[in-house]
Amino acid sequence: MILFEQFNSEIVVNLIYILAAMLFIFGLKMLGSPETARRGNLVSASGMFLAVVVTLLDQSIIDFSFILIGVCIGSLIGFFAATRVKMTAMPEMVALFNGFGGIASLLVGSSEYLVGFDPNSALLIAIYLTVLIGGVTFSGSLIAWGKLSEIISGKPFLYKGQQIVNALLLGFILLSGLEMIFFQGLFTENQFQILGIICLLAFTLGILFVIPIGGADMPVVIALLNSFSGLAACAAGFVILNNVLIVSGALVGASGLILTNIMCKAMNRSLANVLFSGFGAVTDTASGETADQGEVRPVNTADAYLILEAASSVLIVPGYGMAVAQAQHSVRELGELLEANGAEVKYAIHPVAGRMPGHMNVLLAEANVSYDVLVEPEDVNPIMETVDVCMVIGANDVVNPDAKENEGSPIYGMPIIETDRAKTVFVLKRSMASGFAGIQNPLFFKSNTRMLFGDAKESVSNLVAEFKG
Amino acid sequence: METQLTLLFFVLVLSIFLGFELISKVPSTLHTPLMSGANAISGITLVGALLASGSGFVSQPLTVLLGTAAVTFATINVVGGYLVTNRMLSMFKKKKAE
Repeated sequence: MILFEQFNSEIVVNLIYILAAMLFIFGLKMLGSPETARRGNLVSASGMFLAVVVTLLDQSIIDFSFILIGVCIGSLIGFFAATRVKMTAMPEMVALFNGFGGIASLLVGSSEYLVGFDPNSALLIAIYLTVLIGGVTFSGSLIAWGKLSEIISGKPFLYKGQQIVNALLLGFILLSGLEMIFFQGLFTENQFQILGIICLLAFTLGILFVIPIGGADMPVVIALLNSFSGLAACAAGFVILNNVLIVSGALVGASGLILTNIMCKAMNRSLANVLFSGFGAVTDTASGETADQGEVRPVNTADAYLILEAASSVLIVPGYGMAVAQAQHSVRELGELLEANGAEVKYAIHPVAGRMPGHMNVLLAEANVSYDVLVEPEDVNPIMETVDVCMVIGANDVVNPDAKENEGSPIYGMPIIETDRAKTVFVLKRSMASGFAGIQNPLFFKSNTRMLFGDAKESVSNLVAEFKG
Repeated sequence: METQLTLLFFVLVLSIFLGFELISKVPSTLHTPLMSGANAISGITLVGALLASGSGFVSQPLTVLLGTAAVTFATINVVGGYLVTNRMLSMFKKKKAE
Protein backbone atom coordinates (compact mmCIF):
# COMPACT_ATOMS: atom_id res chain seq x y z
CA MET A 1 0.00 0.00 0.00
CA ILE A 2 2.75 2.42 0.97
CA LEU A 3 4.64 1.39 -2.12
CA PHE A 4 1.57 2.08 -4.20
CA GLU A 5 1.14 5.55 -2.74
CA GLN A 6 4.75 6.40 -3.32
CA PHE A 7 4.49 5.22 -6.89
CA ASN A 8 1.40 7.28 -7.35
CA SER A 9 2.82 10.49 -5.95
CA GLU A 10 5.91 10.11 -8.08
CA ILE A 11 3.73 9.98 -11.16
CA VAL A 12 1.83 13.04 -10.02
CA VAL A 13 5.06 14.92 -9.36
CA ASN A 14 6.39 14.02 -12.79
CA LEU A 15 3.16 15.02 -14.47
CA ILE A 16 3.35 18.40 -12.78
CA TYR A 17 6.95 18.75 -13.94
CA ILE A 18 5.74 18.10 -17.47
CA LEU A 19 3.08 20.77 -17.01
CA ALA A 20 5.78 23.19 -15.83
CA ALA A 21 7.87 22.38 -18.90
CA MET A 22 4.83 23.06 -21.10
CA LEU A 23 4.34 26.44 -19.44
CA PHE A 24 8.01 27.27 -20.13
CA ILE A 25 7.52 26.33 -23.77
CA PHE A 26 4.38 28.44 -24.15
CA GLY A 27 6.03 31.27 -22.25
CA LEU A 28 9.06 31.30 -24.54
CA LYS A 29 6.82 31.11 -27.60
CA MET A 30 4.85 34.14 -26.38
CA LEU A 31 8.08 36.03 -25.66
CA GLY A 32 8.63 36.00 -29.43
CA SER A 33 6.02 38.66 -30.17
CA PRO A 34 5.70 42.11 -28.59
CA GLU A 35 1.94 41.82 -28.06
CA THR A 36 2.14 38.63 -26.01
CA ALA A 37 5.61 38.92 -24.49
CA ARG A 38 4.56 40.19 -21.10
CA ARG A 39 1.96 37.48 -20.63
CA GLY A 40 4.50 34.96 -21.86
CA ASN A 41 6.86 35.93 -19.10
CA LEU A 42 4.08 35.44 -16.54
CA VAL A 43 3.20 32.05 -18.02
CA SER A 44 6.82 30.98 -17.73
CA ALA A 45 7.01 32.33 -14.16
CA SER A 46 3.94 30.33 -13.17
CA GLY A 47 5.63 27.23 -14.59
CA MET A 48 8.60 27.93 -12.34
CA PHE A 49 6.33 28.42 -9.33
CA LEU A 50 4.63 25.10 -10.01
CA ALA A 51 7.93 23.26 -10.35
CA VAL A 52 9.24 24.71 -7.09
CA VAL A 53 6.08 23.96 -5.10
CA VAL A 54 5.87 20.38 -6.27
CA THR A 55 9.56 19.89 -5.47
CA LEU A 56 8.97 21.09 -1.92
CA LEU A 57 6.45 18.25 -1.48
CA ASP A 58 9.17 15.68 -2.16
CA GLN A 59 9.54 13.17 0.67
CA SER A 60 13.34 13.35 0.63
CA ILE A 61 13.17 16.91 1.98
CA ILE A 62 13.22 16.55 5.74
CA ASP A 63 14.31 20.00 6.83
CA PHE A 64 12.97 23.25 5.43
CA SER A 65 14.94 25.72 7.54
CA PHE A 66 17.94 25.98 5.23
CA ILE A 67 15.71 26.18 2.17
CA LEU A 68 13.86 29.05 3.78
CA ILE A 69 17.10 30.90 4.48
CA GLY A 70 18.33 30.48 0.91
CA VAL A 71 15.01 31.42 -0.68
CA CYS A 72 14.64 34.52 1.52
CA ILE A 73 18.14 35.83 0.86
CA GLY A 74 17.88 35.05 -2.84
CA SER A 75 14.45 36.64 -3.23
CA LEU A 76 15.53 39.78 -1.45
CA ILE A 77 18.66 40.24 -3.54
CA GLY A 78 16.81 39.33 -6.73
CA PHE A 79 13.97 41.72 -5.96
CA PHE A 80 16.19 44.69 -5.20
CA ALA A 81 18.49 44.03 -8.12
CA ALA A 82 15.59 43.76 -10.56
CA THR A 83 13.66 46.78 -9.36
CA ARG A 84 16.58 49.12 -8.72
CA VAL A 85 18.79 48.50 -11.72
CA LYS A 86 19.00 51.32 -14.24
CA MET A 87 18.07 50.39 -17.78
CA THR A 88 21.49 51.50 -18.96
CA ALA A 89 23.05 48.96 -16.57
CA MET A 90 20.98 46.11 -17.98
CA PRO A 91 23.84 44.36 -19.83
CA GLU A 92 25.88 43.95 -16.63
CA MET A 93 22.81 42.76 -14.81
CA VAL A 94 21.98 40.09 -17.38
CA ALA A 95 25.62 38.98 -17.33
CA LEU A 96 25.57 38.66 -13.56
CA PHE A 97 22.31 36.67 -13.54
CA ASN A 98 23.74 34.28 -16.14
CA GLY A 99 26.66 33.73 -13.80
CA PHE A 100 24.41 33.02 -10.82
CA GLY A 101 22.56 30.38 -12.82
CA GLY A 102 25.90 28.79 -13.66
CA ILE A 103 27.23 28.71 -10.10
CA ALA A 104 23.92 27.32 -8.82
CA SER A 105 24.20 24.40 -11.22
CA LEU A 106 27.84 23.90 -10.25
CA LEU A 107 26.87 23.72 -6.58
CA VAL A 108 24.05 21.26 -7.26
CA GLY A 109 26.43 19.03 -9.21
CA SER A 110 29.10 19.28 -6.49
CA SER A 111 26.73 18.44 -3.66
CA GLU A 112 25.52 15.34 -5.52
CA TYR A 113 29.11 14.29 -6.15
CA LEU A 114 30.14 14.63 -2.51
CA VAL A 115 27.13 12.67 -1.24
CA GLY A 116 29.09 9.58 -2.18
CA PHE A 117 26.61 7.51 -4.15
CA ASP A 118 27.77 4.37 -5.89
CA PRO A 119 30.09 5.41 -8.70
CA ASN A 120 28.37 5.14 -12.04
CA SER A 121 30.12 6.54 -15.06
CA ALA A 122 27.00 8.05 -16.66
CA LEU A 123 26.28 10.09 -13.53
CA LEU A 124 29.94 11.02 -13.17
CA ILE A 125 29.98 12.34 -16.73
CA ALA A 126 26.89 14.41 -15.97
CA ILE A 127 28.47 15.78 -12.79
CA TYR A 128 31.69 16.60 -14.60
CA LEU A 129 29.82 18.49 -17.32
CA THR A 130 27.63 20.33 -14.81
CA VAL A 131 30.61 21.53 -12.81
CA LEU A 132 32.60 22.41 -15.91
CA ILE A 133 29.86 24.32 -17.76
CA GLY A 134 28.56 25.91 -14.56
CA GLY A 135 32.07 27.06 -13.59
CA VAL A 136 32.85 28.51 -17.03
CA THR A 137 29.50 30.31 -17.04
CA PHE A 138 30.14 31.74 -13.60
CA SER A 139 33.66 33.08 -14.00
CA GLY A 140 33.05 34.09 -17.63
CA SER A 141 29.97 36.05 -16.61
CA LEU A 142 31.83 37.75 -13.79
CA ILE A 143 34.49 38.91 -16.23
CA ALA A 144 31.80 40.05 -18.67
CA TRP A 145 30.10 41.91 -15.82
CA GLY A 146 33.40 43.54 -14.85
CA LYS A 147 34.06 44.61 -18.43
CA LEU A 148 30.55 45.97 -18.93
CA SER A 149 30.52 47.93 -15.71
CA GLU A 150 34.06 49.06 -16.51
CA ILE A 151 35.54 47.66 -13.33
CA ILE A 152 38.05 46.05 -15.64
CA SER A 153 39.07 47.46 -19.00
CA GLY A 154 36.69 46.78 -21.88
CA LYS A 155 39.65 46.53 -24.23
CA PRO A 156 40.53 43.08 -25.53
CA PHE A 157 43.32 41.59 -23.42
CA LEU A 158 45.82 39.71 -25.53
CA TYR A 159 49.12 38.20 -24.51
CA LYS A 160 51.89 36.11 -26.02
CA GLY A 161 51.39 32.36 -26.04
CA GLN A 162 47.65 32.67 -25.52
CA GLN A 163 46.89 29.73 -27.81
CA ILE A 164 49.40 27.52 -26.00
CA VAL A 165 47.98 28.40 -22.60
CA ASN A 166 44.48 27.66 -23.85
CA ALA A 167 45.52 24.35 -25.37
CA LEU A 168 47.27 23.33 -22.14
CA LEU A 169 44.24 24.32 -20.12
CA LEU A 170 41.91 22.26 -22.32
CA GLY A 171 44.30 19.32 -21.96
CA PHE A 172 44.20 19.56 -18.17
CA ILE A 173 40.42 19.83 -18.22
CA LEU A 174 40.16 16.67 -20.29
CA LEU A 175 42.59 14.89 -17.99
CA SER A 176 40.73 15.95 -14.88
CA GLY A 177 37.53 14.64 -16.44
CA LEU A 178 39.14 11.25 -17.08
CA GLU A 179 40.42 11.26 -13.51
CA MET A 180 36.94 11.94 -12.14
CA ILE A 181 35.05 9.53 -14.36
CA PHE A 182 37.40 6.62 -15.05
CA PHE A 183 40.62 6.65 -13.00
CA GLN A 184 38.94 7.77 -9.79
CA GLY A 185 41.96 8.39 -7.65
CA LEU A 186 44.96 7.78 -9.89
CA PHE A 187 46.34 11.30 -9.39
CA THR A 188 44.28 12.60 -6.52
CA GLU A 189 43.63 11.41 -3.01
CA ASN A 190 39.94 12.02 -2.60
CA GLN A 191 36.81 13.42 -4.19
CA PHE A 192 37.38 16.87 -2.72
CA GLN A 193 40.67 17.22 -4.55
CA ILE A 194 39.26 16.15 -7.90
CA LEU A 195 36.26 18.40 -7.56
CA GLY A 196 38.37 21.34 -6.41
CA ILE A 197 40.73 20.96 -9.34
CA ILE A 198 37.90 20.76 -11.85
CA CYS A 199 36.23 23.86 -10.37
CA LEU A 200 39.51 25.73 -10.51
CA LEU A 201 40.15 24.72 -14.12
CA ALA A 202 36.59 25.63 -15.11
CA PHE A 203 36.90 29.07 -13.50
CA THR A 204 40.22 29.64 -15.25
CA LEU A 205 38.73 28.61 -18.58
CA GLY A 206 35.83 31.01 -18.12
CA ILE A 207 38.18 33.89 -17.35
CA LEU A 208 40.52 33.17 -20.26
CA PHE A 209 37.57 32.73 -22.58
CA VAL A 210 36.02 36.13 -21.96
CA ILE A 211 39.02 38.31 -21.12
CA PRO A 212 40.42 38.57 -24.67
CA ILE A 213 37.07 39.75 -26.01
CA GLY A 214 36.53 43.46 -26.51
CA GLY A 215 33.53 45.52 -25.43
CA ALA A 216 32.00 45.69 -28.90
CA ASP A 217 31.84 41.89 -29.08
CA MET A 218 30.01 41.61 -25.77
CA PRO A 219 26.58 40.93 -27.34
CA VAL A 220 27.96 37.64 -28.64
CA VAL A 221 29.53 36.74 -25.31
CA ILE A 222 26.41 37.50 -23.28
CA ALA A 223 24.19 35.50 -25.61
CA LEU A 224 26.66 32.62 -25.44
CA LEU A 225 26.91 32.71 -21.65
CA ASN A 226 23.11 32.77 -21.57
CA SER A 227 23.15 29.57 -23.58
CA PHE A 228 25.77 28.05 -21.24
CA SER A 229 23.69 28.80 -18.15
CA GLY A 230 20.91 26.76 -19.74
CA LEU A 231 23.24 23.93 -20.69
CA ALA A 232 24.58 23.80 -17.12
CA ALA A 233 21.04 23.41 -15.80
CA CYS A 234 20.44 20.77 -18.43
CA ALA A 235 23.52 18.80 -17.32
CA ALA A 236 22.37 19.14 -13.71
CA GLY A 237 19.13 17.55 -14.86
CA PHE A 238 21.08 14.43 -15.81
CA VAL A 239 22.74 14.44 -12.39
CA ILE A 240 19.49 14.40 -10.44
CA LEU A 241 17.62 12.59 -13.25
CA ASN A 242 14.95 15.23 -13.58
CA ASN A 243 13.10 15.83 -16.84
CA VAL A 244 12.04 19.43 -16.23
CA LEU A 245 15.65 20.55 -15.76
CA ILE A 246 16.64 18.84 -18.98
CA VAL A 247 13.78 20.31 -21.03
CA SER A 248 14.11 23.86 -19.76
CA GLY A 249 17.90 23.80 -19.77
CA ALA A 250 17.87 22.65 -23.38
CA LEU A 251 15.35 25.34 -24.34
CA VAL A 252 17.51 28.06 -22.81
CA GLY A 253 20.61 26.55 -24.38
CA ALA A 254 18.96 26.61 -27.80
CA SER A 255 17.59 30.14 -27.46
CA GLY A 256 20.98 31.42 -26.34
CA LEU A 257 22.64 29.74 -29.30
CA ILE A 258 20.14 31.26 -31.72
CA LEU A 259 20.81 34.72 -30.33
CA THR A 260 24.55 34.07 -30.49
CA ASN A 261 24.15 33.11 -34.11
CA ILE A 262 22.13 36.25 -34.92
CA MET A 263 24.85 38.37 -33.29
CA CYS A 264 27.60 36.58 -35.21
CA LYS A 265 25.78 37.05 -38.52
CA ALA A 266 25.37 40.75 -37.73
CA MET A 267 29.16 40.98 -37.42
CA ASN A 268 29.91 38.66 -40.32
CA ARG A 269 31.75 36.18 -38.12
CA SER A 270 30.91 32.49 -37.96
CA LEU A 271 29.67 30.84 -34.81
CA ALA A 272 32.59 28.43 -35.02
CA ASN A 273 34.96 31.39 -35.20
CA VAL A 274 33.62 32.71 -31.91
CA LEU A 275 33.29 29.30 -30.23
CA PHE A 276 36.66 27.84 -31.12
CA SER A 277 39.16 30.12 -32.79
CA GLY A 278 37.44 33.17 -31.32
CA PHE A 279 39.49 32.57 -28.20
CA GLY A 280 42.39 34.76 -29.25
CA ALA A 281 41.63 36.00 -32.73
CA VAL A 282 38.74 38.24 -31.81
CA THR A 283 40.08 41.69 -32.41
CA ASP A 284 43.19 42.14 -34.45
CA THR A 285 44.35 45.61 -33.64
CA ALA A 286 44.72 46.67 -37.26
CA SER A 287 44.48 50.36 -36.59
CA GLY A 288 47.78 50.84 -38.38
CA GLU A 289 46.91 52.92 -41.40
CA THR A 290 45.84 56.36 -40.36
CA ALA A 291 45.95 57.57 -43.93
CA ASP A 292 44.88 61.15 -44.32
CA GLN A 293 41.26 60.97 -45.37
CA GLY A 294 40.71 64.66 -45.69
CA GLU A 295 39.00 67.16 -43.47
CA VAL A 296 36.01 66.62 -41.28
CA ARG A 297 33.25 69.23 -41.42
CA PRO A 298 32.01 70.28 -38.03
CA VAL A 299 28.58 71.82 -37.64
CA ASN A 300 27.10 73.89 -34.85
CA THR A 301 23.71 73.43 -33.22
CA ALA A 302 22.08 76.35 -34.99
CA ASP A 303 22.99 75.11 -38.46
CA ALA A 304 22.09 71.54 -37.57
CA TYR A 305 18.70 72.80 -36.43
CA LEU A 306 18.07 74.54 -39.74
CA ILE A 307 18.83 71.38 -41.69
CA LEU A 308 16.67 69.23 -39.39
CA GLU A 309 13.86 71.74 -39.53
CA ALA A 310 13.72 71.45 -43.33
CA ALA A 311 13.96 67.64 -43.34
CA SER A 312 10.90 65.55 -44.15
CA SER A 313 12.45 62.22 -43.18
CA VAL A 314 14.89 61.64 -40.35
CA LEU A 315 16.59 58.41 -39.42
CA ILE A 316 18.15 58.13 -35.99
CA VAL A 317 20.93 55.56 -35.59
CA PRO A 318 21.76 55.00 -31.91
CA GLY A 319 24.80 53.18 -30.57
CA TYR A 320 26.61 52.50 -27.33
CA GLY A 321 27.47 56.20 -27.05
CA MET A 322 23.80 56.98 -26.52
CA ALA A 323 23.71 54.56 -23.59
CA VAL A 324 26.87 56.03 -22.08
CA ALA A 325 25.55 59.57 -22.35
CA GLN A 326 22.08 58.45 -21.14
CA ALA A 327 20.71 60.44 -24.03
CA GLN A 328 17.68 58.25 -24.82
CA HIS A 329 15.12 60.59 -23.24
CA SER A 330 16.43 63.67 -25.02
CA VAL A 331 16.54 61.69 -28.26
CA ARG A 332 12.89 60.74 -27.86
CA GLU A 333 12.00 64.37 -27.20
CA LEU A 334 13.83 65.48 -30.32
CA GLY A 335 12.09 62.72 -32.29
CA GLU A 336 8.68 63.92 -31.14
CA LEU A 337 9.48 67.54 -32.02
CA LEU A 338 10.63 66.45 -35.48
CA GLU A 339 7.39 64.53 -35.95
CA ALA A 340 5.37 67.51 -34.83
CA ASN A 341 7.32 69.47 -37.43
CA GLY A 342 6.02 67.10 -40.11
CA ALA A 343 9.01 64.82 -40.55
CA GLU A 344 8.85 61.06 -40.61
CA VAL A 345 11.12 59.78 -37.84
CA LYS A 346 12.47 56.24 -37.65
CA TYR A 347 15.13 54.63 -35.53
CA ALA A 348 17.49 52.20 -37.26
CA ILE A 349 18.95 49.68 -34.87
CA HIS A 350 21.82 47.39 -35.71
CA PRO A 351 21.59 43.99 -33.97
CA VAL A 352 24.99 44.43 -32.30
CA ALA A 353 24.62 48.10 -31.39
CA GLY A 354 25.36 48.41 -27.68
CA ARG A 355 26.61 45.77 -25.33
CA MET A 356 23.94 43.10 -25.42
CA PRO A 357 21.38 41.83 -27.92
CA GLY A 358 18.52 44.34 -28.06
CA HIS A 359 20.30 46.90 -25.88
CA MET A 360 19.15 49.95 -27.88
CA ASN A 361 15.57 48.68 -28.08
CA VAL A 362 15.37 48.47 -24.30
CA LEU A 363 16.75 51.98 -23.82
CA LEU A 364 14.39 53.52 -26.38
CA ALA A 365 11.47 51.61 -24.87
CA GLU A 366 12.41 53.07 -21.51
CA ALA A 367 12.29 56.53 -23.08
CA ASN A 368 8.80 55.76 -24.39
CA VAL A 369 9.64 55.33 -28.07
CA SER A 370 7.04 53.14 -29.75
CA TYR A 371 8.56 49.87 -30.93
CA ASP A 372 6.93 50.11 -34.36
CA VAL A 373 9.18 53.01 -35.38
CA LEU A 374 12.29 50.91 -34.69
CA VAL A 375 13.57 49.41 -37.93
CA GLU A 376 16.31 46.94 -38.82
CA PRO A 377 19.17 47.67 -41.23
CA GLU A 378 17.82 45.51 -44.06
CA ASP A 379 14.53 47.44 -43.98
CA VAL A 380 16.09 50.85 -44.14
CA ASN A 381 19.17 50.35 -46.37
CA PRO A 382 17.20 50.02 -49.65
CA ILE A 383 15.46 53.37 -49.09
CA MET A 384 18.46 55.20 -47.65
CA GLU A 385 18.68 57.65 -50.62
CA THR A 386 15.27 59.03 -49.70
CA VAL A 387 16.33 59.89 -46.15
CA ASP A 388 16.98 63.60 -45.68
CA VAL A 389 18.94 63.45 -42.45
CA CYS A 390 20.58 60.55 -40.70
CA MET A 391 21.52 61.22 -37.09
CA VAL A 392 24.22 58.88 -35.88
CA ILE A 393 24.21 59.08 -32.10
CA GLY A 394 27.12 57.33 -30.47
CA ALA A 395 27.35 54.58 -33.07
CA ASN A 396 30.55 54.01 -34.99
CA ASP A 397 31.50 50.58 -36.33
CA VAL A 398 27.92 49.69 -37.33
CA VAL A 399 27.86 52.65 -39.75
CA ASN A 400 31.42 52.29 -41.05
CA PRO A 401 31.39 52.25 -44.88
CA ASP A 402 34.72 50.38 -44.82
CA ALA A 403 32.64 47.27 -44.18
CA LYS A 404 31.44 47.55 -47.77
CA GLU A 405 34.25 49.37 -49.53
CA ASN A 406 37.59 48.44 -48.00
CA GLU A 407 38.58 44.80 -48.40
CA GLY A 408 41.55 45.29 -46.12
CA SER A 409 39.41 46.42 -43.21
CA PRO A 410 38.96 44.03 -40.26
CA ILE A 411 35.23 44.59 -40.41
CA TYR A 412 34.97 44.06 -44.17
CA GLY A 413 31.77 42.17 -44.97
CA MET A 414 29.91 43.14 -41.82
CA PRO A 415 26.36 44.23 -42.64
CA ILE A 416 26.03 47.91 -41.72
CA ILE A 417 23.45 50.67 -41.69
CA GLU A 418 24.47 52.50 -44.85
CA THR A 419 24.00 56.01 -43.51
CA ASP A 420 26.58 57.41 -45.93
CA ARG A 421 23.98 57.15 -48.70
CA ALA A 422 21.55 59.50 -46.96
CA LYS A 423 21.37 63.11 -48.18
CA THR A 424 22.92 64.48 -45.01
CA VAL A 425 24.51 62.65 -42.11
CA PHE A 426 24.99 64.14 -38.66
CA VAL A 427 27.46 62.31 -36.50
CA LEU A 428 27.15 63.12 -32.81
CA LYS A 429 30.47 62.31 -31.25
CA ARG A 430 32.60 63.31 -28.32
CA SER A 431 35.84 63.55 -30.31
CA MET A 432 37.55 61.98 -33.28
CA ALA A 433 38.58 58.84 -31.34
CA SER A 434 37.94 55.62 -33.21
CA GLY A 435 35.36 53.02 -32.16
CA PHE A 436 35.89 49.91 -30.11
CA ALA A 437 37.18 47.97 -33.07
CA GLY A 438 39.93 50.59 -33.18
CA ILE A 439 39.31 51.35 -36.85
CA GLN A 440 39.11 54.73 -38.50
CA ASN A 441 35.68 55.53 -39.92
CA PRO A 442 35.63 57.10 -43.44
CA LEU A 443 32.00 58.13 -42.87
CA PHE A 444 33.28 61.11 -40.87
CA PHE A 445 35.15 62.41 -43.90
CA LYS A 446 32.41 62.06 -46.52
CA SER A 447 31.19 65.25 -48.17
CA ASN A 448 27.62 64.79 -46.93
CA THR A 449 28.70 64.25 -43.32
CA ARG A 450 28.63 66.94 -40.63
CA MET A 451 30.18 66.34 -37.24
CA LEU A 452 28.33 67.61 -34.19
CA PHE A 453 30.99 67.36 -31.50
CA GLY A 454 30.23 67.10 -27.80
CA ASP A 455 28.37 64.97 -25.31
CA ALA A 456 25.47 63.27 -27.09
CA LYS A 457 22.91 64.20 -24.45
CA GLU A 458 24.01 67.82 -24.42
CA SER A 459 24.00 68.12 -28.21
CA VAL A 460 20.53 66.60 -28.50
CA SER A 461 19.20 68.77 -25.66
CA ASN A 462 20.58 71.84 -27.42
CA LEU A 463 18.77 70.83 -30.61
CA VAL A 464 15.58 70.32 -28.59
CA ALA A 465 16.01 73.82 -27.15
CA GLU A 466 16.43 75.25 -30.66
CA PHE A 467 13.20 73.58 -31.76
CA LYS A 468 11.34 74.95 -28.80
CA GLY A 469 12.74 78.30 -29.83
CA MET B 1 18.75 3.00 -14.91
CA GLU B 2 19.86 2.57 -18.52
CA THR B 3 16.34 2.92 -19.92
CA GLN B 4 15.77 6.00 -17.80
CA LEU B 5 18.97 7.60 -19.08
CA THR B 6 18.07 6.77 -22.66
CA LEU B 7 14.65 8.31 -22.18
CA LEU B 8 16.13 11.46 -20.65
CA PHE B 9 18.55 11.68 -23.54
CA PHE B 10 15.64 11.38 -25.93
CA VAL B 11 13.92 14.21 -24.07
CA LEU B 12 17.10 16.29 -24.35
CA VAL B 13 17.38 15.88 -28.11
CA LEU B 14 13.71 16.69 -28.69
CA SER B 15 13.91 19.75 -26.43
CA ILE B 16 16.88 21.13 -28.31
CA PHE B 17 15.05 20.82 -31.62
CA LEU B 18 11.95 22.33 -30.05
CA GLY B 19 14.01 25.22 -28.69
CA PHE B 20 15.46 26.02 -32.11
CA GLU B 21 12.02 25.89 -33.74
CA LEU B 22 10.41 27.93 -30.99
CA ILE B 23 12.81 30.84 -30.90
CA SER B 24 14.15 31.09 -34.44
CA LYS B 25 11.92 34.05 -35.35
CA VAL B 26 12.17 36.67 -32.64
CA PRO B 27 12.17 40.36 -33.64
CA SER B 28 15.31 42.13 -32.46
CA THR B 29 13.18 44.43 -30.29
CA LEU B 30 12.68 41.47 -27.97
CA HIS B 31 16.23 40.13 -27.87
CA THR B 32 17.00 41.43 -24.39
CA PRO B 33 13.72 40.34 -22.74
CA LEU B 34 14.03 36.96 -24.42
CA MET B 35 17.51 36.59 -23.03
CA SER B 36 16.64 37.62 -19.50
CA GLY B 37 13.42 35.61 -19.60
CA ALA B 38 15.32 32.54 -20.76
CA ASN B 39 17.88 33.24 -18.06
CA ALA B 40 15.15 33.14 -15.44
CA ILE B 41 14.09 29.74 -16.79
CA SER B 42 17.64 28.46 -16.43
CA GLY B 43 17.13 29.09 -12.71
CA ILE B 44 15.15 25.83 -12.83
CA THR B 45 18.30 24.33 -11.36
CA LEU B 46 16.62 25.58 -8.17
CA VAL B 47 14.69 22.28 -8.17
CA GLY B 48 17.91 20.33 -7.66
CA ALA B 49 19.15 22.89 -5.16
CA LEU B 50 16.01 22.56 -3.02
CA LEU B 51 16.41 18.79 -2.80
CA ALA B 52 20.05 19.13 -1.70
CA SER B 53 19.35 21.94 0.75
CA GLY B 54 16.54 20.03 2.45
CA SER B 55 18.31 16.72 2.87
CA GLY B 56 18.94 17.20 6.60
CA PHE B 57 21.91 19.00 8.15
CA VAL B 58 22.72 16.32 10.72
CA SER B 59 23.21 13.50 8.26
CA GLN B 60 24.49 15.52 5.25
CA PRO B 61 26.01 18.79 6.45
CA LEU B 62 28.09 19.44 3.35
CA THR B 63 25.26 18.71 0.92
CA VAL B 64 22.97 21.02 2.83
CA LEU B 65 25.50 23.87 2.85
CA LEU B 66 26.27 23.57 -0.85
CA GLY B 67 22.58 23.14 -1.58
CA THR B 68 21.64 26.22 0.39
CA ALA B 69 24.21 28.30 -1.46
CA ALA B 70 22.76 26.93 -4.69
CA VAL B 71 19.23 27.79 -3.55
CA THR B 72 20.32 31.36 -2.87
CA PHE B 73 21.96 31.87 -6.26
CA ALA B 74 19.20 30.11 -8.17
CA THR B 75 16.54 32.17 -6.38
CA ILE B 76 18.31 35.41 -7.28
CA ASN B 77 18.31 34.18 -10.84
CA VAL B 78 14.62 33.22 -10.84
CA VAL B 79 13.16 36.14 -8.90
CA GLY B 80 15.45 38.77 -10.38
CA GLY B 81 15.18 37.34 -13.89
CA TYR B 82 11.39 37.27 -14.05
CA LEU B 83 10.97 40.66 -12.37
CA VAL B 84 13.46 42.46 -14.56
CA THR B 85 11.98 40.90 -17.70
CA ASN B 86 8.55 42.02 -16.62
CA ARG B 87 9.86 45.49 -15.91
CA MET B 88 11.42 45.75 -19.34
CA LEU B 89 8.40 44.38 -21.15
CA SER B 90 6.08 46.80 -19.41
CA MET B 91 8.02 49.59 -21.14
CA PHE B 92 7.54 48.19 -24.64
CA LYS B 93 4.62 50.11 -26.03
CA LYS B 94 3.09 50.67 -29.39
CA LYS B 95 2.24 54.18 -30.57
CA LYS B 96 1.00 56.08 -27.55
CA ALA B 97 -2.78 55.86 -27.33
CA GLU B 98 -3.62 59.45 -26.70
